[in-house]
Amino acid sequence: MGVTWDQVTEGMDIPELKKNCSTQQLVQWAAGSGDFYQIHYDPDFAKSTGLDGIIVHGALKHAFLGQLVHDWIGNEGRIKKFGCSYRGMDYPNQDIICRGKVVKKYEEGGEKLVDLEVWTENPEGKKTTPGTATVRLP
Amino acid sequence: MSDAATESLITDEMRAEIGKESEPWTCEVDKTAVRMFARAVGHTDPVFYDEAEAKKAGYRSLPAPPGYLGTPVFDPRTSDPTFGGRRGSGPGPQPSRPLKRILNGGTEIEHFDDICAGDVLTAKSHIASYEERTGSIGEMLITTTKTTYTNQDGKVVAVMTGTGIRY
Repeated sequence: MGVTWDQVTEGMDIPELKKNCSTQQLVQWAAGSGDFYQIHYDPDFAKSTGLDGIIVHGALKHAFLGQLVHDWIGNEGRIKKFGCSYRGMDYPNQDIICRGKVVKKYEEGGEKLVDLEVWTENPEGKKTTPGTATVRLP
Repeated sequence: MSDAATESLITDEMRAEIGKESEPWTCEVDKTAVRMFARAVGHTDPVFYDEAEAKKAGYRSLPAPPGYLGTPVFDPRTSDPTFGGRRGSGPGPQPSRPLKRILNGGTEIEHFDDICAGDVLTAKSHIASYEERTGSIGEMLITTTKTTYTNQDGKVVAVMTGTGIRY
């Protein structure tokens, strides 16, 4: 069961989601998304482009934030819009904590909506993937 | 500063591309691909794996997990070998100075209806803007691309705005 609109208050945090990608998960993502860019699984290739090593796909972090929101709203709510910017790199075998906060609760066009701020945090507490989401709730 | 460094990265050829609609391409949403995507993310909700659970929750079949807009149909004659999408569907014409590296700058998806396994989406994209900026990684060219996904019933189900960074 997901959250209902009545249970939401502006400023509330949503339950966090902790991720920590193995290289296996990055390979699974490459296959699942169809993005086989080598900076995500070939350390020598990644270094040859000036990176410190292989990095987590930006779109995977986007999908993590999507899971964060999905797990909160369940299957009666719907994601109307969600997006994020890739501001910092994340690396395999490091925690990626996905968090979110309710910014606004309102009704529009007969729908019960909530705007969220969502982001991922690296082990230093830096927001590497800030974003926003709008969801419809029952 | 030399002339080369002050000249815009954005060429007339690039400006002419802005707003031009691409050829359409097909993205299939099938159960195996939904499961693969959900598994890669680490989703635990059974609706992404078990069709009976999905139907119980009110979906037509396995729903597309957030961020999944179908898999572009791969064909070695026309598809990009690294990214799988239509070849040449990338950032468009080359800037005035070569930029070798690419990064994904951001993704935003707006949804207008459910996407479920069994759907066949037609995608069309256009470059919305080019912007140049200097950041910690040096000179950057930022390309914003909008892709519209229309389902088999002719309904626009999602619009994705992607930001690509070349540096």
